Amino acid sequence: MEISWRDLWTMSHGMGFGALFMLAFSGAIAEFYRMSAPGSTTLPNLRHSALLRFYLIGMVILAWLTVLSGTYIVYPWYRAVPPIGTIDLSAFPRNLLLSSPSTSGWHSLGMEWKEHVAWIAPIGMTMVAYVYLKYGSSLSEHRSLRRAALVFAVAAFVATAVAGGFGAMINKYAPVRGGETIHLMTGK
Amino acid sequence: MAKTSETLTIADVPSGAGAAAILAAGIGCAVLGVFGLMGDAFKAVGEFFKFYSPTGPLSGVTTSAIVVWLGAWFVLAKMWSGRDVAVARISALAFVLLAIGFALTFPPIVDLLQGK
Repeated sequence: MEISWRDLWTMSHGMGFGALFMLAFSGAIAEFYRMSAPGSTTLPNLRHSALLRFYLIGMVILAWLTVLSGTYIVYPWYRAVPPIGTIDLSAFPRNLLLSSPSTSGWHSLGMEWKEHVAWIAPIGMTMVAYVYLKYGSSLSEHRSLRRAALVFAVAAFVATAVAGGFGAMINKYAPVRGGETIHLMTGK
Repeated sequence: MAKTSETLTIADVPSGAGAAAILAAGIGCAVLGVFGLMGDAFKAVGEFFKFYSPTGPLSGVTTSAIVVWLGAWFVLAKMWSGRDVAVARISALAFVLLAIGFALTFPPIVDLLQGK
C-alpha cells in the first residue's frame, strides 16, 4: 500500500485540516446560537468558557492551516503548466479538466470559486474567536455582537462547505498526484 | 452593571473592540472579492498580484486582502476601543460587505461584471 507525497498533502489539506474544521462548526454554531437565542439567559461556567475558548482557537488554527496548505502547497501542483506537446495530462489537473467540455466547469466554476471563497472562513472565524475571547461571558450583555459572530460563523461554514465540496469533486475528476512515493505497508 | 453567575462575574465590556473586529472582517471579505475581480479583469493587476509565482495571482489577492483586513482592524480598534458604539448598525454594514465578498468570489458574477 503506497501513497504519493502529493496525495498525502492533498489529503491533509482536505480530509485533515478542512474536514476537522467543518466538523467543528456544528459545535461552535450551536453554542453561538444558544447564546444568541431570544430569551437566552444561561451563562457558561468557568470550565465551559475555557473549553469554548480552546475550541474556537483550535478552529482558527485549522482554518488557517487549511487555506495556507491549499494555496501554497496543493494549488501550485494543481495549476502546474504542462510542457508543450504533452499528451498525458494526468499530472496537470487544471489542464486535464480544461481539456474536455464535460469537465471544464469543475475548474472554471469550481476551482475559481473555491480558491477565493475559502479565505472568507479564516477571516470570519478569527473574528468570531476574538470576539468570544475578548468578551467571554459578558457577551450575554451584547446581543448584537453575538448575532454578528453567529452570522460570520455561518458564513465561514458556507464558504468552507463550498470549498470542501468542490475540492472533493475536483480531486475525483483530476486528482493531484505525483512526487515521492511513500510505502505504507506490503500487501499479501 | 456587573452581573454574577455561579462561577463567573460578568463585567460590562464596551462594545467598540468587538464592533471593530466585526467591521474589519466585513472589510476583509469585501476586499478579497474586489481584489480577486481586479486581478481577473486587468492583466496588469493580475501580474502585480503574483507575489508567489507557483500560486499565481491568488497569492497577492489573498495576502493583500489580509493586510487590508488587519490594517482596518488595527485602525478601527484604535478608534473604538474602550467605548460603546452602534453595534447593530456597524454589524449591518459588515453583513453587506460580507455579502459583497461572497458575490465577488462567485465566478458567474465576476464574469457578468466583466461582460464576459
